[in-house]
Amino acid sequence: MRRDLLEKLMAERAARRPAILVTELDTGAQRLVTPATLALDPLAGKLREALRTGKSGMVEDGETRLFLTVEVPPPRLVVIGAVHISQALAPMARLAGYDMVVIDPRTAFATPERFPDVPVIARWPDEALPAQHLDAFTALIALTHDPKIDEPALSAGLRAGCFYVGALGSRRTHAKRLERLHALGLSAEETCRIHAPIGLDIGAVSPGEIAVAILAQVIGTLRRRDAAPAERPA
Amino acid sequence: MQTTDDDVLGAALRWRQEGRAVALATVLETWGSAPRPVGSHLVIDGEGNFLGSVSGGCVEGEVVSEAVDVIVSGEPRILEFGVADETAWRVGLSCGGAIRVYVERVD
Repeated sequence: MRRDLLEKLMAERAARRPAILVTELDTGAQRLVTPATLALDPLAGKLREALRTGKSGMVEDGETRLFLTVEVPPPRLVVIGAVHISQALAPMARLAGYDMVVIDPRTAFATPERFPDVPVIARWPDEALPAQHLDAFTALIALTHDPKIDEPALSAGLRAGCFYVGALGSRRTHAKRLERLHALGLSAEETCRIHAPIGLDIGAVSPGEIAVAILAQVIGTLRRRDAAPAERPA
Repeated sequence: MQTTDDDVLGAALRWRQEGRAVALATVLETWGSAPRPVGSHLVIDGEGNFLGSVSGGCVEGEVVSEAVDVIVSGEPRILEFGVADETAWRVGLSCGGAIRVYVERVD
């Protein structure tokens, strides 16, 4: 492997950008393909599919056997609301191998003491989210119950193509929320991607149980995404 | 914490930047109950030090010794391990699976 390709691959990973190293097994020839260069690649269709599933593997191009080393960013949870459920979710996310960040403008909630496992940002979502670079490998989880805080974040998560968008609240709360989101210009096609009420239906009651239900739903959405609709074009 | 494949590729680059001779092994294909998934990496230096895993311990010794040859020759090679392979009598996969591993020098 050429060292410059390995350096580029590591740089793409550090920036949370996906990339594929394509190796021709018979010759050892290699190239690095990113979403920016993908359309020009002779294997574009197969590479696009590999980026979607995130899985490395063999492909054939006529007589040529190739191996795709697929690097997609580690999954990450962006949680809106420094609430009790988020406190339970933080250590679970770490154990399951998910990065997590908590955003909540209410400074009484958003303290490092309450969240020893994960970074906490005490700002409004509109201010904090641009620096978070929401992407197809991010789950956006809104837990404040406060439309002023949750809804701008939900809207940003949908528009960024987050693989998972979920919101706490009953069916009735969610129906009202949908009316407001549609008034802001989101389509029903977009908002139907919101998981609400959030979490798998396991009858969860306590904050810890609800956190389990949410994390399980996030994992299911991520790992079965090859069955999900393709992400929105940028 | 378990070593992730991300750490292995990162280590391959760090070792190379430190001036060590480095080879990278990658699981290309698996059949049956192979212990490590396709895409798993093992990084090896010229002294035979290694990090990562392609089989959970069954064939790493053989991969490391082949990798030291690849570091010298610069020619990538494909190794096969499995119960049907004659090398299995020496370094087989006790799980009954089979794997194919690509070994290349990091230039």
